[in-house]
Amino acid sequence: MTVGILALQGDFREHEEMLQRIGVPTLQVRLPKHLDQVERLIIPGGESTTIGKLLAMYGLIEPLRARVREGMPIWGTCAGAILMAQRIVDGRADQPSLRLMDMTARRNAFGSQLESFEIDLPVEGLDGKPLRMVFIRAPVLEDLGHDVTPLARLADGRIVAARQANMLATCFHPELTSDERMHRYFLEM
Amino acid sequence: MDKSTWTTKVGLAQMLKGGVIMDVVTPEQAQIAEDAGAVAVMALERVPADIRAHGGVARMSDPELILAIKEAVTIPVMAKVRIGHFVEAQILEALGIDYIDESEVLTPADEEHHINKHKFRIPFVCGCRNLGEGLRRVAEGAAMLRTKGEAGTGNVVEAVRHARAIYSEIRRLQTMDEDELFTYAKNIQAPYELVRQVAETGRLPVVNFAAGGIATPADAALLMQLGVDGIFVGSGIFKSSDPARRARAIVAATTHYNEPEIIAEVSRGLGEAMTGIEISKIPRDQLMAGRGW
Repeated sequence: MTVGILALQGDFREHEEMLQRIGVPTLQVRLPKHLDQVERLIIPGGESTTIGKLLAMYGLIEPLRARVREGMPIWGTCAGAILMAQRIVDGRADQPSLRLMDMTARRNAFGSQLESFEIDLPVEGLDGKPLRMVFIRAPVLEDLGHDVTPLARLADGRIVAARQANMLATCFHPELTSDERMHRYFLEM
Repeated sequence: MDKSTWTTKVGLAQMLKGGVIMDVVTPEQAQIAEDAGAVAVMALERVPADIRAHGGVARMSDPELILAIKEAVTIPVMAKVRIGHFVEAQILEALGIDYIDESEVLTPADEEHHINKHKFRIPFVCGCRNLGEGLRRVAEGAAMLRTKGEAGTGNVVEAVRHARAIYSEIRRLQTMDEDELFTYAKNIQAPYELVRQVAETGRLPVVNFAAGGIATPADAALLMQLGVDGIFVGSGIFKSSDPARRARAIVAATTHYNEPEIIAEVSRGLGEAMTGIEISKIPRDQLMAGRGW
């Protein structure tokens, strides 16, 4: 099983290194031809406007949506989660996006970089101690549809991880920590 | 909840990797940059080419302008302070922008001391010409590095020199034994702990972008192939004849730096690049890369 990592922009190398530590083959996906060679896909953190632009420019949006409809597991972290949401608020009106999960992503929900933070919180489906979550100019998830299950919430109730069938979205960056549990969760989806 | 940790400071730079950060002097330019796919903008009053032409003392930009640019975009906003000018940095932190560039492009405020960046909640990027200089900046708290290049020249030769110096030094370090590492750290005037970390991991402790003189998609891809994590373009975009198109082309070339067909395609019919300057024609006292230590 080869896990593709969308490598248009962002922290794709950190995801790659985490998966290599786990012992899973990976492939950087930049063009549609790469997509045919992977069984799963991770969309890393980065700038959602930039990644969306490059997805559209090189014809990746429709092939990617088709693969996900056929059941390919997909996981977006931070910018990736924004790109997977069907609705985006506080973004650019014309921002190209994948529009996969029935939810709204609110961009930069915490404010500027000075509000970026780390916190330990439990995630539904992960055993053991709470997960260290790194939030960097992060979004939150709102208005989840009936088919979307929230997996983690902040103390104030805001949702920061969710799953809909074969699709996973996290507003934080497990790839910036040494904890492999979220990656293993995705590999078992 | 822990705010402004080292992980979040270094982490934002990691999110910018593979991307292009563009100098902008108006909110309109900032929107053009964002539309073209910039990962962040550097807000300033004058691009380096104009700072060079204008002469005099170059300082931090007017907070009013920086805030207007921040209002205009959803991507991160950076701004420059003079080397050693920690009050300009306090001001930018108070404005709530996302990253500070302690930059040799502005006139240094302190010829001996760089800013103690550990004292700030906001992360800093700093320029360097070689590994020792880069690691000194990291020791002072820089969460991101960039080559100095020679800003405002449209001439990529200095950025190439600095990138080559950094990565060849890293490769050499990996072949040294511990005894040699102590001496090497002393010789390059960098903290031993950081030198040892680079030798062990084979990479810099923070993200490193290229900056200074990048004017074409090919320049961007050249630096990416030499090993940098991303690209700053200063004067190269808005001093060219078709900024929006050139900006999109440089973004594409930075992502697809290993695909010559794509770089060829985006390089076609881009119009005039900015006028370049030969480094040897610049009077020594007007070279920017020599500022800082």
